[in-house]
Amino acid sequence: MTDMEQMQQAFYNEAKELLPELEEALLELEQNPGDPDLVHRVFRALHTLKGSGIMFGFQEVGDLAHELETAFDRVRNGELEADKALLDAALRGKDHINALLYSPEEVDPSEGQNIRCRLQSVLADKGADEAQAGSREDEDASGAQTPDEGRHVYRVRFRPPRNIFATGTDPLSLVRELAELGDAYVLAHTEDIPNLEDLDPEACFVWWDVILTTDQGEDAIRDVFIFVEEESELSIEAIDRGRLRQETEQPSRRLGEILLERGDLSQEDLQQALESQKRLGELLVEIGAVSPEQVESALQEQKCGQQAAGAKKEAQAESSLRVPAGKLDRLVNLVGELVIGQTRLAQVAAEKDDPTLSSISEELERLSDELRDNALGLRMTPIGSSFGTYRRVVRDISAQKGKDIHMVTQGAETELDKTVIEQLNDPLIHLLRNSIDHGIEDPEERKSAGKPQQGTVTLAAEQAGGSVIISISDDGRGMDAEAIRAKAVERDLISESSDLTEKQILNLIFEPGFSTSSEITDISGRGVGMDVVKKNIDALRGSVEVESEPGRGSTITVTLPLTLAIIDGLQVRVGEEYYIVPLSAVNECVELTSEEKNKNRAGRLIPLRESLVPYIRLRELFNVDGSTPEIEQVVLVASREATVGLAVDEVIGQQQTVIKNLGRVYRDVRGISGATIKGDGGIALILDVDPLVRDVAQAEAEAEE
Amino acid sequence: MSRTIMTVDDSASARQMVSFTLQDAGYEVVEAKDGQDALSKLDSSVGMIITDLNMPNMDGIELIRTIRGRAEFKFLPVVMLTTESQEEKKSEGKQAGATGWIVKPFKPPQILGVVQKLLK
Repeated sequence: MTDMEQMQQAFYNEAKELLPELEEALLELEQNPGDPDLVHRVFRALHTLKGSGIMFGFQEVGDLAHELETAFDRVRNGELEADKALLDAALRGKDHINALLYSPEEVDPSEGQNIRCRLQSVLADKGADEAQAGSREDEDASGAQTPDEGRHVYRVRFRPPRNIFATGTDPLSLVRELAELGDAYVLAHTEDIPNLEDLDPEACFVWWDVILTTDQGEDAIRDVFIFVEEESELSIEAIDRGRLRQETEQPSRRLGEILLERGDLSQEDLQQALESQKRLGELLVEIGAVSPEQVESALQEQKCGQQAAGAKKEAQAESSLRVPAGKLDRLVNLVGELVIGQTRLAQVAAEKDDPTLSSISEELERLSDELRDNALGLRMTPIGSSFGTYRRVVRDISAQKGKDIHMVTQGAETELDKTVIEQLNDPLIHLLRNSIDHGIEDPEERKSAGKPQQGTVTLAAEQAGGSVIISISDDGRGMDAEAIRAKAVERDLISESSDLTEKQILNLIFEPGFSTSSEITDISGRGVGMDVVKKNIDALRGSVEVESEPGRGSTITVTLPLTLAIIDGLQVRVGEEYYIVPLSAVNECVELTSEEKNKNRAGRLIPLRESLVPYIRLRELFNVDGSTPEIEQVVLVASREATVGLAVDEVIGQQQTVIKNLGRVYRDVRGISGATIKGDGGIALILDVDPLVRDVAQAEAEAEE
Repeated sequence: MSRTIMTVDDSASARQMVSFTLQDAGYEVVEAKDGQDALSKLDSSVGMIITDLNMPNMDGIELIRTIRGRAEFKFLPVVMLTTESQEEKKSEGKQAGATGWIVKPFKPPQILGVVQKLLK
């Protein structure tokens, strides 16, 4: 590679990040017109594209970026409004630049000129208005909050009255509202909560300290509490002005430093003394002057203050390192191997009963745990990075279908394994497309149904335990369970007499062969290619289900594991076979005595506290040789639908499980999702809990009939 | 989450203004002409109430007090409409358990702002 080629490669990489960023900012700008931050983001992306483009010989890219930049420079100066025409031109420009760089063979040579024409007409239109707009601008300038005042750190202490709930106010929602104003660190003071017997569930004992870094003024903060301000204790203080500067300007020398300089004290002694010394916070807590929460809160304030003072400008440019994904994959693989090695060592150490060996093994376990978490954390990226693409899809499809759709995204900060995010792309786009295409009605139809003309599609992500839940909801026409049922009967997926709940019926749309043509979609609202979506999600060890309310919309929920590589598992034994149950699915383990087994109950049920829980024997399910022991162990596992028991011979214990894929032949075995290597080098199969639970619950339901 | 809001006002035009604003934003609206009417129409589908204070039969303060006395609506957000001059009424309403207030005359964005703040 020549130097120039190498530099061009760098530009390709850079543009690959800039273009989605540009697109996202443009789309957000469409929703929040005039937001100066967004305009600035757009401008910055264009500016870099222009500069680097010209520098590395992509003249056309540079020229186009330059013209767009000029337009957005005027937006930034308040001379031009970022209206739909301009954003359309900018988005087309972004696509064109993308094509020029990555698929030059498909470039439409006249596109650049087209965009330029559009842009010029946008600019010309606005030029004429400008004289008139002059007076209005003055007004805006005086009315707006002083811009560029920058971000400030505030300490907000909010102590609602005990009886705040009695006025229908949810204090937590106020705290959330406050947190939305900027970057917030929220600390709840729970020390006032009395013991349970004294607790009045209708009183609020909690109060909050919020350290808020925001570009909004104090008034915006006060507005949050407008209805409760009089009754509550509320203090808002700016904590980053003046004071911190004084502290940093005149650092007085510390005692240790002076002693060191004089040679009276060695570095080691100093270090030792410092380490044995308790921190001020601990001391204060010990003498009961302050509560641990108060110390924590104050420390956080200190941190925010330091960050704000020290790195006000640099804060944006967080130092980061770009690493090829392949290297990370290799690292995760190696960590996986290390975990296997460590498990073997732990097993040997347990057998040898040698205290030295055990302590080494434990030390290693701690390290490998931490290493595992770190290595897996490296691959985690916020799912929000792909939201821009989805927003674009929604925008384009709805324009194409003549529908007016507003897209809401939530939980952009939710982190997922990068591989998972990439592989989610197709299924999510498919689901969104379906929502828009079949879910949301035409504007006229919506109007006559008494709904707002603008339809809403919500894409939300959240983390819940070891999984991430992504949901796509629309407020469209919903699905007709009867129509789906009829179709399923027609396609021989279920029999005429099947007794299914509405939920089960709706989820039939994911069955292969449910819908091959589009006719169903007109009746049910959904259904094309959903089996493919399900297959894709299954491949990620996830699950997908649908809920719908006719006339009000549908929600499709995709549940995914946080990572694909390593999980915590519970190892169990049946005869000579070993299995791993993912720990996230395990609720508890109970014993099943022969006495209990002999009780004649309809179906196989074990009593668990107040209820009876159905169970199956893994021995029978997987045809394992041998007979069941006197006392069996039952591992209770739960999915979203039900809790069931899996009877095994022995529960061995918890273990980190490195997931290895089964070969292609075994990939579709129901109930098994993979395999792992045990400490002794043997193999254990990893159970896929969801289908197992479903089978057991279904068998149980049939037995009852 | 309920998206149904009840507006209570003896003035039909005032009710209409609130209704239109909310319906445009995608909320469902139940209208009531006074406190008694409101109580007869109130059920668990209602997620929030916006009520005027001066009304015949049962006024807003009494309505709020009655609602707060019933276990199922104890925590329901209730917003009262007041005028600048009604400082006393406002504090009376707060005493009775109003969640917030909107000062008349108001503009649609103000109502929406309060609704979005309280209806979660």
